[in-house]
Formats: sequence, C-alpha cells, structure tokens
Amino acid sequence: MRAFGYEIDELVVAHVLLAVVPVLLGLVVALPLGWWAHRSPVARRVLVPLSGALYTIPSLALIVVIPVVLGTPILSPLNVGLTLTIYTVALLVRSVAEALDAVPDTVTTAAVAVGYRPAGLLLGVQLPLAVPVLTAGVRVASVSSFSLVTVGALVGIDSLGTLMTSGFEQAYPLMVAAGVVGSVALAFLFDALWLGLGRGLTPWSRAGV
Amino acid sequence: MEWLGAPGRWSGDDGIPVRVLEHLGYTALAVLIAAVIALPLGAVIGHTRRGGLAVVGVANGLRALPELGVLVLFVLLLGLGLLAPTLALVLLAIPPMLAGAYSGVAGADGGAVDAARGMGMRERQILLQVEVPAAVPLVLGGVRFATLQVIATATIAAYVGLGGLGRYIIDGFALRDFPQMLGGALVVAVLSIVVELVLQGLGRLVTPGPDRLRLRPARPESDPVPTREARP
Repeated sequence: MRAFGYEIDELVVAHVLLAVVPVLLGLVVALPLGWWAHRSPVARRVLVPLSGALYTIPSLALIVVIPVVLGTPILSPLNVGLTLTIYTVALLVRSVAEALDAVPDTVTTAAVAVGYRPAGLLLGVQLPLAVPVLTAGVRVASVSSFSLVTVGALVGIDSLGTLMTSGFEQAYPLMVAAGVVGSVALAFLFDALWLGLGRGLTPWSRAGV
Repeated sequence: MEWLGAPGRWSGDDGIPVRVLEHLGYTALAVLIAAVIALPLGAVIGHTRRGGLAVVGVANGLRALPELGVLVLFVLLLGLGLLAPTLALVLLAIPPMLAGAYSGVAGADGGAVDAARGMGMRERQILLQVEVPAAVPLVLGGVRFATLQVIATATIAAYVGLGGLGRYIIDGFALRDFPQMLGGALVVAVLSIVVELVLQGLGRLVTPGPDRLRLRPARPESDPVPTREARP
C-alpha cells in the first residue's frame, strides 16, 4: 500500500519488528537475571539500581551511545532494537524478581515435598504463577516500545516515525497524524495480544477461583 | 571524549552549560504546569473516587502516544517557538502525575480516613491533612517519572527547533558530526541520572512519617501479629 510517497506496509513491518523483537529478547534476558535477583540479595542490590539507571537514560541518547559501547554500525536499526531491548530488560528484571518473591512459600515447599527439583520447580511452578505479573510488565514494555521506535526516525531508521519526520519537513500534518494513529493502533493491537496470551497461559485465572 | 574537552565547549551560547540550563528550564516549566493541572485533579478524583477508572485508562492509553509525533503535530498546528513544544511536553507529563495523585489519595488508609471523619473533620480537611500526606510517596513517584519523560522528550524536541541538549544530537546528525552527537548524548544521559538522584533525595526529605530518609521506598506494613492466638 502506497501513501504519502511511502510503502506504508514496509514501514508497518519495520515498525512492528523493531518494537516486538526487542520486547521478546528483553523478556528472555530478564528471566534469568530476575531469577538471580530473586535468589541473591547481592545480585538484587546491583541489578535493580543498574536497571533503574539504564531506564533513566533518554531514548535518543541511548540510540546514539550504543554504537560506541557495543561497536554496532552508527546508522543501523540494531541501535534502536538494542535500546528497546535494554529498556525491556531494565523494566522486567524487577518484575520477574518481585513476581518470584510473591509465590507463596507454602506452594514452593509443597512442590519440593512432592518431588520437584529446582529446575522443575522454577519452570513448572514458580514461573506459571508469575505469569500475571510478567504479562503486566511485558504490556508496559511493549506499549512504550511501539512509541519509542518512532524516535529512530530522527537518526534515519525507518518506521512509522518516518511519516512524522517526513511530514514535518513537508509541513503536512495529515501525514504526521497518520504516523501517530498507526503507531498507537499497533501498540493497542499488540497490547491486546499480550493480554490474551497471558490469560491463555493461566487457565486457572479464568475459573473465577 | 575529545568533543567534550574541545575549547569553547563549556562557554558561550552554544556551550554545554547554556544547553544544560535551557534543557532544565524547559523541563521545569512543563513539569510545573502539568503538576498544577494534574496533582489537584488527581487528588480530588482520588478523594471522591468518581472517574477513577477513566483516569487510569486514559493515563495508560496516553502512554502509547509517540512523543515525536505529538511534538511535530503541535508545532505544525501552532507554529515554531516555545509554546507548541511546551504544550506537548505538558500533555505527556500529565498522565503519570495524575495517576500518582489519584492512586496515592485513593489508597490512603481507610481506617485513618474514617477516624478523621468521625473526629468531625470536614472533607477538605480530610483530603489535605490525612489523604494528601499519605499520598506523598506515590505522588513523588509520578512527578519523578513525569520529569524523566519530559527530559527525554525535550531532547527529541530539538528536532522541532527547541534548544537544549538535543541540539547537539540533531545538529550532529544533520552534519554527520558523530563526536558531537555522542558528546551531547552522554551529557543528556548524565543529566537524567543526576536529576533522578536529586529527586529521589528530595523525595526522602519531604516524605512524612516513618518512611522518611529510608533508603527503599515505603514498604507495605505487615499485618499486626495476632498475639492472642499465638499464645498457647
């Protein structure tokens, strides 16, 4: 589909990939780190403030600093993706640790008593019970990810943000509005998806117990 | 690093100190305006509990708004200058503070509120003397989050002609002057972290009650120990 001189579907695909892949990647990284923070008070004292500090850095600054720290090419979409991955990890490490903390001791002791080993306990008991908190964290990360992807347009990384910068240069508000509406719509669409996924993974929460 | 140490970098109209002050000025202006609107509104909604769901819903929905698009739209519709970007920054700063004030006041201990009412306090006194002090930690959390959001968005606002530290990144990109982009990015990053630490420190000073000067934010109080049952 072509509009405003751009292939809109290409911009949408780029936008979704750049927003969603970092959230998934961030979740995968945050799970072991959060588990570590849950187990070790020392790890928690390092990881939680560090996450807080990383989350504090403005997106445009992080996108520019990453190539120097990690050696990625300066004008690569990777920098946007890594920035969003870092935000997701920073947001979720604490969620994961707190979700694991919130699993009642009686449940873990009962699981140990019926023969769960540490790995089985984590995957079969603790993580499933942490899903609602995790879903909440992923939803926040995902919504802000969809809006922050557009910042990449300022350093030449294509997404629906391209409609905003290009619309600014051409003084064409409708084009900018199209970018905003598209970005918000995609954010809401994926928000509903995460919500559904979280519910699907916790069938007991629908039983009305 | 060389860029940061270059001669003239720390003086003049385009020097780092001037840009830092500009950045802090835009941020303070937007956060103050947003606070004047959002905090009383959130507190009143929290006290009456009318429209609470709408507040939370709107605050969450506004999170999805891309800051860049909002800035550009405001500038295209209202013109270049200070007004349009400031309004955009105010709009983005309102939801976290509204949510903080609402959930802080609505979450005040029901027993304390009932006791105050029983003592004959007027609704206004209950709000100002019981609920608002109890809401301080959550309000401050909202103010801190809003401030960081505004600092980050003010950086982006350099694209629509605002001054501040974003200038180095936007101008550096236009000139393909990567040291300038990087230098500007580092200064913004440090500024954000410093502001966050200062606000955390201030927050500890103004938090009433036993949470004052505690390193961690307020912890939920544990249930009172049922002493009677505990004795054999």
